[in-house]
Amino acid sequence: MSTEATAAPTDANPAFYLAEEPHHPEGSSTALGFWMYLMSDCLIFACLFATFAVLGGSYAGGPGPKDLFDLPLVALNTAMLLFSSITYGFAMLATEKGKVGATQGWLAVTGLFGLAFLSIELYEFAHLIHEGATPQRSAFLSSFFTLVGTHGLHVTFGTIWLVTLMVQVGKHGLIPANKRRLMCLSMFWHFLDVIWIGVFTFVYLMGMLR
Amino acid sequence: MSAEQHAQHSHGHDHGHDHHDDGHAHGTMGSYMIGFGLSVVLTAIPFWLVMTNFLGSTQTTGLVIMAFAVVQIVVHMIYFLHMSAKSEGGWTMMALIFTIVLVVITLSGSMWVMYHLNHNMMPVSAHDMSQMP
Repeated sequence: MSTEATAAPTDANPAFYLAEEPHHPEGSSTALGFWMYLMSDCLIFACLFATFAVLGGSYAGGPGPKDLFDLPLVALNTAMLLFSSITYGFAMLATEKGKVGATQGWLAVTGLFGLAFLSIELYEFAHLIHEGATPQRSAFLSSFFTLVGTHGLHVTFGTIWLVTLMVQVGKHGLIPANKRRLMCLSMFWHFLDVIWIGVFTFVYLMGMLR
Repeated sequence: MSAEQHAQHSHGHDHGHDHHDDGHAHGTMGSYMIGFGLSVVLTAIPFWLVMTNFLGSTQTTGLVIMAFAVVQIVVHMIYFLHMSAKSEGGWTMMALIFTIVLVVITLSGSMWVMYHLNHNMMPVSAHDMSQMP
């Protein structure tokens, strides 16, 4: 180290070397990187929202939102996602206190709410398809299934990720790496709830007003 | 000495009270409950407005529920995603503002252009229709 440091000052511009990498706390830059991913994901959803905004009125003589949407069911779905958000918050609070059992418990509750959300959404989709309102029926239905389906796919992968993390925490405990992963999933999960606010307002509620 | 400092540092980090400006702020029980309470209210009111058609006019209802959605998104950002102007030295906020600009351009641009395209490309009457090639 010292030989490198003394070699340079013969120049007018002395060069400096770091003897060791500065210590970065675990996950400090990961949060920013993951935020960048979420923002790019947000742009995907923006494109799907724009598509729905343009095509949402093209029924091709088929059924429209008022014939298809069941608002109490959507309200129930929204409640499931909102409850899963707060229970994930409780899981994060338990993580900060280092309580493995409580973290696992709240993660399990979050996962169950996520599964409830997915079940209700799949039931709704099955009901629509049974009524003949398939994605092929009209441009409105194509854009509807693409937008809501993409959100549902995100929730599906979030749930898989959640189960994976429960296994990880069960195996290794709340090590810094697992805390970092839990923080990333926390951002992902709350982000999906933010997207859902756009979906229920723009697709379901505005659809009923058309 | 340096090893001791290092150990002290990581010890401090384990408790989540590191004085590093590493950005990810943590919520408290209180902040999560405030966020949850606000979200429930901000979700329930738009559903109630649409289901009961309380305001009468669809246009007013539309604008009001859009406003509720925007407020609820801000609530989620602050209380659940712990956004602040200081996190990650301001970079998350910069990324967010940039994304919002892109989202606004994408949405308003698509709607504006496609509305006019629809408007101008549609045959307006049966007479126009008969002139179509």
